Amino acid sequence: MPDTAQTQPASNKPKIDLKMYGPAIALALLCILGFSLNTAFLSEGNITNLLTRSAFIGIIAVGATFVITAGGIDLSVGSMAAAIAGVMIILMNSLIDVLGTGTLTVVIGATSAIILGALAGLANGLLTTKGKIEAFIVTLGTMGIFRSLVTYFADGGTLSLSFEIRGTYRPVYYESILGVPIPVWVFIMVAISGWFLMNRTTFGRYCTAIGSNEHVAQYSAINVNKIKTWTYVIQGLCVALATVIYVPRLGSASSSTGVLWELEAIAAVIIGGTVLKGGYGRIGGTILGALILTTIGNILNFTDLVSNYLNGTMQGLIIIVAVWLQRADWGGKSKT
Amino acid sequence: MDRGGSMLVENPIASDVLLRAESLSKSFGTVPVLFSVSFDLKAGEVHALIGENGAGKSTLMKIMSGFHSPTSGRIFYNGEAVTLPPNGQAEALGIVLIHQELNLAEQMTVTENIFLGREIAKNGILDKSAMHKRVVQILDSVGLDISPDTRISQLSIAEKQMVEIAKAMSRNARVLIMDEPTAVLTEAETRILFTQVDRLRKQGVAIMFVSHKLHEVSEISDRVTILRDGQWIATRPTKGLALDEMARMMVGRELSDLYPPIAETDIDADVALRVDGLSTQNIHNVSFELRSGEILGFSGLVGSGRTEVFEAICGLVPMRNGSITTFGQSGRFATVAQARNAGIVYLTKDRKGKGLLLQEGMQTNLTLLALPQFAKRLMLNKKQEEAALARAVRRFDIRARDPNVLAKDMSGGNQQKLLLAKVMEANPKIVIIDEPTRGIDVGTKQQIYHFIAALAAEGVSIVVISSEMPEVIGISHRVIVMRDGQIAGTLTGDAINETQIVRYAAGLNEEKMHA
Repeated sequence: MPDTAQTQPASNKPKIDLKMYGPAIALALLCILGFSLNTAFLSEGNITNLLTRSAFIGIIAVGATFVITAGGIDLSVGSMAAAIAGVMIILMNSLIDVLGTGTLTVVIGATSAIILGALAGLANGLLTTKGKIEAFIVTLGTMGIFRSLVTYFADGGTLSLSFEIRGTYRPVYYESILGVPIPVWVFIMVAISGWFLMNRTTFGRYCTAIGSNEHVAQYSAINVNKIKTWTYVIQGLCVALATVIYVPRLGSASSSTGVLWELEAIAAVIIGGTVLKGGYGRIGGTILGALILTTIGNILNFTDLVSNYLNGTMQGLIIIVAVWLQRADWGGKSKT
Repeated sequence: MDRGGSMLVENPIASDVLLRAESLSKSFGTVPVLFSVSFDLKAGEVHALIGENGAGKSTLMKIMSGFHSPTSGRIFYNGEAVTLPPNGQAEALGIVLIHQELNLAEQMTVTENIFLGREIAKNGILDKSAMHKRVVQILDSVGLDISPDTRISQLSIAEKQMVEIAKAMSRNARVLIMDEPTAVLTEAETRILFTQVDRLRKQGVAIMFVSHKLHEVSEISDRVTILRDGQWIATRPTKGLALDEMARMMVGRELSDLYPPIAETDIDADVALRVDGLSTQNIHNVSFELRSGEILGFSGLVGSGRTEVFEAICGLVPMRNGSITTFGQSGRFATVAQARNAGIVYLTKDRKGKGLLLQEGMQTNLTLLALPQFAKRLMLNKKQEEAALARAVRRFDIRARDPNVLAKDMSGGNQQKLLLAKVMEANPKIVIIDEPTRGIDVGTKQQIYHFIAALAAEGVSIVVISSEMPEVIGISHRVIVMRDGQIAGTLTGDAINETQIVRYAAGLNEEKMHA
């Protein structure tokens, strides 16, 4: 390992707060590993690529951080993304005849995606709170529903965006502003507003309180159902945003769109240090978690050391190790 | 004061002493809760342990059943010094603690619970009929008439308790430690329990019995040990020990030391809260008035509906009937937020379950109820929050090692002060405090009583719900006694005394009867 010395903390306080800095340290180690395997890892092109690919999962994971912090879970995000993508493509294709292939069509498509996302989230939220059904069950159900809807819309095949409109929509994924791709800009905006919402507003405080102990929240004059429902709406909005920047990438949607995104999003949240049973949420950690997951895949692409097919294995190991490091009692003893 | 257990230790140890604690001391962190307490338990006796809340009864009980380890002192079982294994593993030795919050798997059957962890099996396959047969025998022997296949969730609390006892008996318990077993039982259920306890005593089981109800102690026990403020006070045969004497030894100090002088109420003060004909699922037709600056005590047995009245008023429990008027404005509150905005706050008795976020620090907890005050358009003002904490720490004398300490690491007394500070952040005009001093030490108790008196003097109206009679008597201007979801009586002036409260709570005095 090329990293020794440096971070051996001096005698006084040998306690590294792994909960706090663990994800950042892990990402740094991965980058060093990547660079030592292939110097091209840190090239501008690869970094840009890495960030762009992280954007989808990252944006969805920011939403998931709120849901999980408030003690819920949303398994439907991958299917929701596919369903929204499907509806959006159908809508834009049919609008071409009326409105042409201009920006307006794309704007209407994107707006409807956002509305759909909010409504889907609202449905999840109301079923869990007003319907008093466990979030796991509700979102397992909607996961199946959304997934089958996109299959139905596509008649079992693939929904493709008309070539006429692709040209208009394409830049949303492929263009850059100030050298930074648009998806990355969106990711940054979502991350900043998510962090602000979580750490600087009553809403964020209420999410933490509810996930920590719902009774205490209720006795502290918090409208538990309303806040919980909002977390699902935010999740839906994040999914919609991710979909809006994802659709121009391939210009199509099928039953395999967004498969397993829910697990990647949850994994990013957990790697980032958010507690799965709620009460402690870290947006910054989630961002790092999403980056870590993408970086692993990226490194495997760069080296022949481990087969690319084992990407899932590496991600799985990282999740388990990350949580193990967070749980273990590091008080007093310094790690070696 | 060190009149510790030396007398007891010097006694020749009778051969039938089964479990004996010698000079046990225990501290939690830096807080000492037991000081060199000795206690012995003979086969075939019921030995009651009494003392005020915070006297150290639970701690002693938990040490003697292995759930806590003593800081110093020794435990002898069958005459041999032992170190009891933790987490209830002492059951294997025949020492069983029946917790107040029962330890049964709600969704499993009676049989499954009784054999939990030591099922009868042949080659790994459960022998259901053998277990069923055995359970029928056991249930019969403890006089419990339920089917072995009933799910625990379908049983009443009393029946659950009997299942716990049956479970203990099936494990050949020789020592049975019961933590306030009658607290949640009705009179009839208590009778059944006592019949069982008596039966067990005759079988030679040693029973340690913790209770607040002195007449029960007098009825069921053979010996009584009194603890006060973590110290051993006396161990006496129950026979010939008067209830007054027990109470005197438990309290051991003049009550006037503990309670602040309470200013006279102004009879002409505004009515802050008027409740008319309030009914919920368990409450029937409750009506009362609370004036500005008044401290109104709510007494009655556990389960008499005291808490539910106020949870209904604050929108935590649905109301069926009745009207609520605050400062002349009528209106029910559907949520705690509405009640808070109208100036009413409720301070729960369940500090850890409903009051504080244990994993959070003082600041998050302090501002949670009144959080909108600390935010402008959703945005939190952290400086304002910090200032509030500094103020609250000074005003309520909250002592914490460092300001970032988590609520779970604070002592009960400091948690209670923090909770009081939390509800006061909402600037309430009516404060409802449920069990204001449950499980906290005497010094902090005194401080809390003074806070309450000071608030009342400022014109805040206060309701004190309490199971501790000296507390209700010591601090209230007026006391309402509840029984079975109704108001049984209202006491004022010199009529506020223990006898009157007990008579109303037990249904000996009926002010009015409702259908």
